[in-house]
Amino acid sequence: MAIDKETVKRIAFLSRLRVEDDKIEATEAEFNKILQWIEQLNELNTDGIEPLVSVNENNITCREDIVTTGNHSKEVLANAPQAAYGYFTVPKVIE
Amino acid sequence: MTDLTNLTLTETLDGLKNKQFSATEVTQSYIKSMEANRRLNAYVLETPEVALAQAKEADTRYANGTNKALDGIPMGIKDLFCTKGIRTTACSHILDNFIPQYESTVTQNLLNAGISILGKLNMDEFAMGGSNETSYFGPVINPYKADNSDADLVAGGSSGGSAAAVSANMCVAATGTDTGGSIRQPSALCGVTGIKPTYGRCSRYGIMAFASSLDQAGPIAKSVKDCALLLNVMAGHDDKDSTSATVAVPNFTQLIGKDIRGLKIGIPAEYRPDGLNAEISKLWDDGIAMLKARGAEIVNISLPHTKYALAAYYIIAPAEASSNLARYDGVRYGLRVEGNGLDEMYINTRSEGFGKEVKRRIMIGTYVLSAGYYDAYYLKAQKVRHLIRNDFIEAFKKCDMILTPTSPTPAFPIGDKSMQDNPINMYLNDVFTVSVNLAGLPGMSIPMGLSEHGLPLGLQLIGQAFDEQRIFQVAATLEQDAAFKRK
Amino acid sequence: MSEYIITTEKGKWEVICGLEIHCQIISNSKMYSGASTVFGADPNEHVSFVDAGMPGMLPTLNKQCVHQAVKTGLGLNAKINKYSAFSRKNYFYADLPQGYQITQFQYPLVGEGKVVVDLSDGTTKEIGIERIHIEQDAGKSIHDLDPKRSFIDLNRAGVGLMEIVTKPDFRSPEEAGEFLKKLRSIVRYLGTCDGNMDEGSMRCDVNVSVRPYGSNELRTRCEMKNVNSVKFVMQAIENEAKRHIEVYESGGQIAQETRQFDPVTGQTKVMRKKEYAHDYRYFPEPDLLPLVLTDEYIESVRKEMCELPDAKKARYIEQLGLTPYDAKVICENKEIADFFETAAQGRDAKKVANWLMGDFFAMLKEKHLELKDSPVSAEHLGKLVDLICKEVISGKIAKDVFVIMTDTGKDPEQIVEEKGLKQVTDTGAIEAIIDGVIASNPDNLAAYKGGKTNLLGWFVGQVIKQSQGKANPAIVNKLLKERLDK
Repeated sequence: MAIDKETVKRIAFLSRLRVEDDKIEATEAEFNKILQWIEQLNELNTDGIEPLVSVNENNITCREDIVTTGNHSKEVLANAPQAAYGYFTVPKVIE
Repeated sequence: MTDLTNLTLTETLDGLKNKQFSATEVTQSYIKSMEANRRLNAYVLETPEVALAQAKEADTRYANGTNKALDGIPMGIKDLFCTKGIRTTACSHILDNFIPQYESTVTQNLLNAGISILGKLNMDEFAMGGSNETSYFGPVINPYKADNSDADLVAGGSSGGSAAAVSANMCVAATGTDTGGSIRQPSALCGVTGIKPTYGRCSRYGIMAFASSLDQAGPIAKSVKDCALLLNVMAGHDDKDSTSATVAVPNFTQLIGKDIRGLKIGIPAEYRPDGLNAEISKLWDDGIAMLKARGAEIVNISLPHTKYALAAYYIIAPAEASSNLARYDGVRYGLRVEGNGLDEMYINTRSEGFGKEVKRRIMIGTYVLSAGYYDAYYLKAQKVRHLIRNDFIEAFKKCDMILTPTSPTPAFPIGDKSMQDNPINMYLNDVFTVSVNLAGLPGMSIPMGLSEHGLPLGLQLIGQAFDEQRIFQVAATLEQDAAFKRK
Repeated sequence: MSEYIITTEKGKWEVICGLEIHCQIISNSKMYSGASTVFGADPNEHVSFVDAGMPGMLPTLNKQCVHQAVKTGLGLNAKINKYSAFSRKNYFYADLPQGYQITQFQYPLVGEGKVVVDLSDGTTKEIGIERIHIEQDAGKSIHDLDPKRSFIDLNRAGVGLMEIVTKPDFRSPEEAGEFLKKLRSIVRYLGTCDGNMDEGSMRCDVNVSVRPYGSNELRTRCEMKNVNSVKFVMQAIENEAKRHIEVYESGGQIAQETRQFDPVTGQTKVMRKKEYAHDYRYFPEPDLLPLVLTDEYIESVRKEMCELPDAKKARYIEQLGLTPYDAKVICENKEIADFFETAAQGRDAKKVANWLMGDFFAMLKEKHLELKDSPVSAEHLGKLVDLICKEVISGKIAKDVFVIMTDTGKDPEQIVEEKGLKQVTDTGAIEAIIDGVIASNPDNLAAYKGGKTNLLGWFVGQVIKQSQGKANPAIVNKLLKERLDK
């Protein structure tokens, strides 16, 4: 499955990354090289094999419904590049 | 007095307990070493004042007899572990000046045991790399050089700073993380000892995630016993990490020094492909001979899907990473590059904040999860992952432990053109280590000797899940027999 | 069952509609963190480092959220899946700190179920539940505080949600409206969601398509996000269906898209077209292991279940003799049903229902009060009915007593005592009044005797009036008749 330029652009946008126009071709070529290498997996017949999601075969253990944290907005906001009145701020979103 | 930085963790603890020297003296020696070896670029942040303050408290405890398991041991911390109040960046520009307001469970466990933090160690950006060259702070330089060249060599990656710092006596020990070989491979390349424990053995809480189903923290140190002592403290179930194991933590030093007679050591045929570096091949044979001489039984085994492990890994790890790294968006912490509107701000921030390799993996990961491709790539890789784990389950019916090389080559020069030009060549460095992560097993690298040109080489012991105890047991005999001496 | 058919000059059309309802789970702490779910705190105060998507933070599952979703599933007669698992839904948005939502995709916690809704023509209809899965809520973006910036508050980020997905079973706005009311009633009964659509604790996405009446085809559907009242949901279905029909009848095609319902105009407008839609890249959440429930656990939740509105309604009709309409209204809201049951305890339930549905609700409405703020308690309402049944006061006096109760909150027995409103049943006293009335109205007595027997009512009225309403009307009637016919 080869990637084309349009796919490179779409994947870049989904990733919120910029691929400069003059780099698209090189990126496309590089991706195709990696994907081609990855596709060696297709040599393997995996019919009937369950996907392995986690090597930890236990079930989840749950937490009690207790409030254990909060009222520390200063710490939550401590690293914010931009904040005002206790909020994080971002460029205006027009919905 | 001998240079305190030459001592292992075990020896340092003995000296502290016997009041041969103080924690402050030990820490000061390491601070000096840290300063003297800045050329290696192992630390991205030095915190001598933090270390000295912690050492002082340790000395008080030694004086009044309330000393703890690792009291007064100065350590370096991989910059992937969040340390409260101490800048943590994952060696990425996108986390410029990020100061966590919380402590990772592993470092908290170590702090509770009395260690002091000398600083934060260099690494590949977000642990993505095998040579420490993707770090925003530049590559780590291997303390070793080949005797036929003056070129600076890589320290391996991603925990390159950790391995180099331990190797060059810039800390007693260091934390590392291992997603595809990131503890074991740099340990091998720098001539130190490192273990990636069973998945779930150490909490991942507070460690910046690369690939959540593969990431695991572990120690890098100067000896097998040092690693065992560190893991005793680092491991344990954590309510804050749902994937951390509820298995009890044994005393990992318990079997060290015990006879290995009768233990079955598996030698997988697939790890000796055509064209395997002859020095590595010989090192492996020597290791096999040592274990045999100790009375272990050598068993030939097969791990038939080994050749597919790297490809499966390079689907699963980038897929998880593409999602794990979505949070670095310029809103709540780290770098922000303004833009016209929200999406442009995201794109500007992430394009400038992430390095080339990280961006490559995010995009590959995004692609393999995207609509129409999920089954062909991600699902396929997870099925292959299952086959790889089954290989180990089958193998462990015939043997107790597996011995392999750690890395296909010794350290290579920084800026190696074939690897810079073709990322796949770089990925191939993990060929002996990734299967262990895919199967969630413990794996340890032990320095075993030097290459023809004087570069360290390591062997890897792979154990069954939660059987680190016996890895330490066997590793200790290899360590003794190989008698590797750090430079 | 009366069918909802949209008839135009060109033909007849049928509406196909399905709903996706996000219900905020009632719990103390968030789904994946120990931060509080309480609404109304200062910005970013109820935020843990997990909720803020800080590096290295990991989710841990709140057992109460699971419990509440299982309970809701049982309340909707649905299959509880003993194995369920979490997935990540990836997209970038300012109020989604992790860059993904932890939800359930392939393996939801709850499978198929059904809900019966009552329609205005007296028929019922079964609506299929497709699934319920649990997921985390996003934070809030505030767009109107600053001309250039949007503000992000993460207090809501990570609060547990149940997403209830119905089958496309609705054929009219009424069915959807009645379903929502029924669902709201059930989750409130169960205490799993407070069901306040206007506050956003229950949010509805509406999927609508149309097809020529009688055909089986499935045409392109449009989704309207976050419609926040029952009325608006019904409006949205009606208007969106009409829009589709207009497009089809003018030869156009409907594009699959997400639309926004404007409560002011009642119309929908396009939000984003599907071709630019997100690619959510769902994959198994590696930070959370699968959720596996035992039969014992599911049974223990079932044992906690209270009587739900349908069962309650049936009991009220069959055992307490309420009319279906009264039973439905009383059962819709658990607080009302509880109030009713307290008031009716050991009494004539039908009479209590009449008082509740009549004077009592009228009083609440007039005073703009919620049930919980009612000045008249359930016990007092019950006592009032007792006083009537035991003929201590007449129905007419009871109305006056009720007014005093609403003004003072007093016990009706006390009011009757203090105001001396006890019905006079002493025949001697009544006879004395009768004597007086007859004596002072000889003309009417003569007229009565002369055959105008319908004057009896006038005499009764006079006697009761002179007793200040306290004379028992039945006794007055009997005694008067005896005297007049003597």
